[in-house]
Amino acid sequence: MSATVIATPAWPSSYGEEAKPHVGFFTDTSICIGCKACEVACKEWNHVPDDTQGFTGDSYDNSGALGANRWRHVAFIEQRKPLGVSEAAPDSLVQEAALQSLVQETGISTTEESGLRWLMSSDVCKHCSHAACLDVCPTGALFRTEFGTVVVQEDVCNGCGYCVVACPFGVLDRREGDGRVWKCTLCYDRLKDDLEPACAKACPTNSIQFGELTELYERAERRVEALHERGHADARLYGADPHDGVGGFGAFFLLLDDPEVYGLPPDPVVTTRDLPDIWKHTLAASAVLGAGIAAAFLGGRR
Amino acid sequence: MRRAEATMVPPAEPRSYYGRPVIKAPVWKPEIPWYLFAGGLAGASNVLAWAADVSGNRRLGRNARLIALAGGTASPVLLITDLGVPARFYNMMRVFKVTSPMNLGTWILAATGTAAAAAVAHETLGLSGPLGRIARGLSALFGLPLATYTAALLSDTAVPVWHEGRRELPFVFAGSAAASAGAAAAIVTPERDAGPARRLAVLGVLAGGASMRLMEHRLGELGEPYRKGAAGRFAKLAQGLSIAGALVMAARGRRHPGAIAGGGLILGGAACQRWAIFKAGFQSAADPKYTVRPQRARLEASHGHI
Repeated sequence: MSATVIATPAWPSSYGEEAKPHVGFFTDTSICIGCKACEVACKEWNHVPDDTQGFTGDSYDNSGALGANRWRHVAFIEQRKPLGVSEAAPDSLVQEAALQSLVQETGISTTEESGLRWLMSSDVCKHCSHAACLDVCPTGALFRTEFGTVVVQEDVCNGCGYCVVACPFGVLDRREGDGRVWKCTLCYDRLKDDLEPACAKACPTNSIQFGELTELYERAERRVEALHERGHADARLYGADPHDGVGGFGAFFLLLDDPEVYGLPPDPVVTTRDLPDIWKHTLAASAVLGAGIAAAFLGGRR
Repeated sequence: MRRAEATMVPPAEPRSYYGRPVIKAPVWKPEIPWYLFAGGLAGASNVLAWAADVSGNRRLGRNARLIALAGGTASPVLLITDLGVPARFYNMMRVFKVTSPMNLGTWILAATGTAAAAAVAHETLGLSGPLGRIARGLSALFGLPLATYTAALLSDTAVPVWHEGRRELPFVFAGSAAASAGAAAAIVTPERDAGPARRLAVLGVLAGGASMRLMEHRLGELGEPYRKGAAGRFAKLAQGLSIAGALVMAARGRRHPGAIAGGGLILGGAACQRWAIFKAGFQSAADPKYTVRPQRARLEASHGHI
């Protein structure tokens, strides 16, 4: 990665003794059942307003994308994919026997060529280690908390909308009728009271896991290994690399397909990484403008 | 062999989530492209005014400074109106933040506007002393970045057509600002004093247009929005108006009616150019292929398929 990352004010050193361990989410999409309890729990706890519900026709996804009024969003992807029950590699002889008898009783083929695979994933703000939203915010409304998370201060934000276009994930948006920008706070208020965020608390399968990031990374690595052993070669971690374009996500994922299939950017980069380059060219253009204006006076007054 | 094969097959449409955008579209309203225009006009006009004064052309200097003051007055009004919570505008000025081009721009705009207003007041009241000269100098000094920083503002985003054009966009904006300032001054200044303004207008059209072409060329496929939809129409209109205006200005600008006609066309072209760039950002954000394809290509070039 380029060495010219403009780091946000050094966390945790800026907090001194008040700094807390870096926390976040590990969203294991391989065990998401698409119940949307996270969407509901988030709305209830954070008083996130109602938003337009409609029928999209995009599988069971009728809430579309993250936004000012949706801080958790469950994606549903239906894929035609050759499937085999045996591919799931049962954990025990008992399981294998149960599968075999199920196959005999029902007559289901265990090696279906046109099986349907359902991918479900609960998306959320990534709480980037190098957060573009935080860098570009002109008022300081966006800040990094003592937990390493990124939060908008609703009493400071003036709704300029710069963070909306700076975010490489399309997480932030301006709320209609309110004018300010809203996003996931990783339940900053609950963290202060030693409670886990509402979505993680509500998740019935532990697809959303909250904890200290170092511990979550280890857990995620073990989970990927286990899935690979069982034949799920497409399982991979997304956002768990501290050397990626945003310095690693505070909320990372285990995915079963390419990130773009879930509507996520495959290689996000914090836009401010290129800010030195941007200013260099801007200053050069200013100098050229000055020279051009001077040149316009060479030909005399008329 | 592989290369020959690769050129035969058109790039596959990247995978996406029901074709939905990966990034959000800007929430900015029409105030913003008009601000890009007004801010550029104000920035370059301040520099033109200073240079005219230094060269002894007081009439051109006074006119350009009044134009700069008008642009510099309209700019904050446009910016504040665009905010979600306009009453909280002052929060921008409670911090000084180098990682935010918008924050730095607010300070640059405030400094330029204050200096230009002081210079005009000093001149209008007929005061003497070094204050007027200092205010005029400062307005020109801050006017230079005022004319170009908006390119940094747009480039410092996740919008592919803006971010990937970061090396050329400042030169497009500098050219556009020069063209606007020259054209506006040539319209209101008698032809016998307006030579530098006319030359600046033509020079600005040429430099801005060339930079735009270079940017589109280097953007390649990411520059597609400049050839399609609303952005494409504005870009075409900008080119037509600017070239026509420059021709009229060069051929007939020495008579005032010609300068007025040419200047009007050039101003229209500059405004369309700002609108083309603004609209291209929306089109670039709306289609996930612009976001996904370069990132996927980068991954595959660096460490294979993830």
